[in-house]
Amino acid sequence: MTQAETYNYKVVRQFAIMTIVWAIVGMAVGVYIAAELAWPALNFDLPWLTYSRLRPLHTNAVIFAFGGSALFATSYYVVQRTCHVRLYAERLASFTFWGWQAVIVLAAITLPLGITTTKEYAELEWPIDILITVVWLSYAVVFFGTLAKRRIRHIFVANWFFSAFILTVALLHVVNSAAVPVGFWKSYSLYAGVQDAMVQWWYGHNAVGFFLTAGFLGIMYYFVPKQANRPIYSYRLSIVHFWALVFTYIWAGPHHLHYTALPDWAQSLGMVMSLILLAPSWGGMINGIMTLSGAWEKLRTDPVLRFLIVSISFYGMSTFEGPMMSIKTVNALSHYTDWTIGHVHSGALGWVALISLGAMYYLIPRLFGRELYSLKLVEVHFWVATVGIVLYITAMWVSGVMQGLMWRAVNQDGTLTYSFVESVQAMHPFYVIRFLGGLAFLAGTVVMAYNLWKTVAGAKVVEAPIPVPVH
Amino acid sequence: MGDFSGPTWTIVIIIATLGGIAGLWLLIVWQSRIGESDQKETTGHVWDEDLTELNNPLPLWWRNLFYITLVFGVIYLILYPGLGSFGMLLKWTQVKQYEQQIAEAKARYGPIFEKYLNQPIEQVVQDPEALKIGERLYASYCTVCHGSDAGGVIGFPNLRDDRWLYGGTPDAIETSILKGRNGVMPGLKAVLGGDQGVEELTAYVLSISGRNVDAAKATAGKTKYGVFCIGCHGPEATGNQQLGAPNLTDDTWLYGGSPEAVAATIANGRNGVMPAHEEFLGKAKVHLLAAYIYSLSKQ
Repeated sequence: MTQAETYNYKVVRQFAIMTIVWAIVGMAVGVYIAAELAWPALNFDLPWLTYSRLRPLHTNAVIFAFGGSALFATSYYVVQRTCHVRLYAERLASFTFWGWQAVIVLAAITLPLGITTTKEYAELEWPIDILITVVWLSYAVVFFGTLAKRRIRHIFVANWFFSAFILTVALLHVVNSAAVPVGFWKSYSLYAGVQDAMVQWWYGHNAVGFFLTAGFLGIMYYFVPKQANRPIYSYRLSIVHFWALVFTYIWAGPHHLHYTALPDWAQSLGMVMSLILLAPSWGGMINGIMTLSGAWEKLRTDPVLRFLIVSISFYGMSTFEGPMMSIKTVNALSHYTDWTIGHVHSGALGWVALISLGAMYYLIPRLFGRELYSLKLVEVHFWVATVGIVLYITAMWVSGVMQGLMWRAVNQDGTLTYSFVESVQAMHPFYVIRFLGGLAFLAGTVVMAYNLWKTVAGAKVVEAPIPVPVH
Repeated sequence: MGDFSGPTWTIVIIIATLGGIAGLWLLIVWQSRIGESDQKETTGHVWDEDLTELNNPLPLWWRNLFYITLVFGVIYLILYPGLGSFGMLLKWTQVKQYEQQIAEAKARYGPIFEKYLNQPIEQVVQDPEALKIGERLYASYCTVCHGSDAGGVIGFPNLRDDRWLYGGTPDAIETSILKGRNGVMPGLKAVLGGDQGVEELTAYVLSISGRNVDAAKATAGKTKYGVFCIGCHGPEATGNQQLGAPNLTDDTWLYGGSPEAVAATIANGRNGVMPAHEEFLGKAKVHLLAAYIYSLSKQ
């Protein structure tokens, strides 16, 4: 059999480049709204620049534009290389690129205009939701089509996670976005009251569980062993933690609705399942970190590997913190405070962003047949980003716990010790620190963009031949 | 869409929950069966030229952590509601927890407030401890509208001055807080015959407090005042505290004193709402609040 056939790197390259572009855009908006919280005058009294409209733009840009592009790029790359076949339905794959970019551009226009469904992480109005559905189903066809024509019988573990992520996100998106349109840019949710809240957080928590976790575990399972040049630690562990993770995550949503109109039983169930989620999450962390056992010295010399491994450590940390915060008595303190924001960002910056950026350091030079321009700059990026994350999350921890304690503090006569505005005032210094942390993280990403630009400038694209499977 | 609370749903939820936990348990047991002997061998799968997998056993501490969370989950679900609409052993509900905490707080703190209830406000004002409590209550319940310095903002009266819409006696203040107030200024644009009428009346109203206005317009406005305004604001324009109609001769303007703001008030009307607090805070706390606010206006 001749092996003149090559992998489709074009769509991977497109998504990989947009990953870096959207990282900078999304993080820059984040830094700007962090500055607005510290210095509110920065909205210049313009409705399009207010925190309320830019905040969903930030979350959509970092989760779906940056994170989404990273997932498309890596999953298309990994599924081809681990199945030893060229991408199925290539024109459809090309459509997923342009369609997804169109969704992002539409989000960037409509959200600042105030067009929103008001559902967190699902703010886009129904016409855009339909476009997302079409793109996503095309993605499923391309991915599963490629998987179906694989030349190796056994499916590589990263592809299990990508599969779960693609299927579940389709389900989550369609169910949560179901709405009755009343105009081209206005609709009402199909659900009412507490059911709407429950559907929203079933979606919201699994957007974390499947979009931001399962998908990125797929990235981990390919890029960590590749970059470390080591076998994956335990096949058996990957089986247990995969099935346990995808089963348990679906139940955890109600912990966003503790002490609300949601029935008690649903709250308890959400809390129990969130606690059970600890071990399945840590299974992934163990498998990622232990893959390096016997090759720890590589961390000293390979800054790209350091991105990947530190991201797994942050993953372990936030998946410990999450179950703890789902305990009702802890949640009574942490809910509605900055602690939640700190928790989310230890996952978003520490885990999702670091592993995506690490994967891009691996991927982009290979797509253009070049070596990285400067390992020194990767090192600089690593440290600036890590310091940024630490500043960000510690500021939010302190601020969040302080808020929670100030809100519940009472005097000897049972009156509240602090009025609300006093807690706002106390948060100010931490908002400044958070802004600086975010700024550092953004600066690191700009360094990365420069480094990658120097790496690929003038390079010719690579047409990689598909090797014969080992057996 | 149903409310997911019937007996059928309860059974579905119980089966799914306990079945799920049992399934997780079996998953661990199933994958723990294999011994340690094959630790250093790969599974034999090779992808993308050099990707391989070892098959290390599940780490013991991790497996035990998993079991512990499963056991905890089952115990928790026996004690607390979780298996559908069953109450379970502790009969805990969040409503019960709330009611219990409120009852405890009332028993503990109630007497602190109640001891001032039979003192007249003039006497309560002399007690620095009582004023301190009043100040704290104010910070919790009043600052959102009236401001943390009680200086008021547009639409919400200043409580530090001696100008009162409904009277500044201790009793009047206490009544305002207990029962609430509804201040209604009707929109007059239509009856005034449109923008010109509004402009004329605005000129007259501003002239009452000595502002410089177009004299011809003010004269025209004066007639309109006599028809439409005099009933509430009075012939001297000094207002009427029975109705909460403000004095128009001073320089206090609840909704702004600029010609544009006054014109908007006349044209479109205003609705001021002070909510009633009797049920929410109870008489004793309101008594202390009234004393605190009375003390502010006497400073």
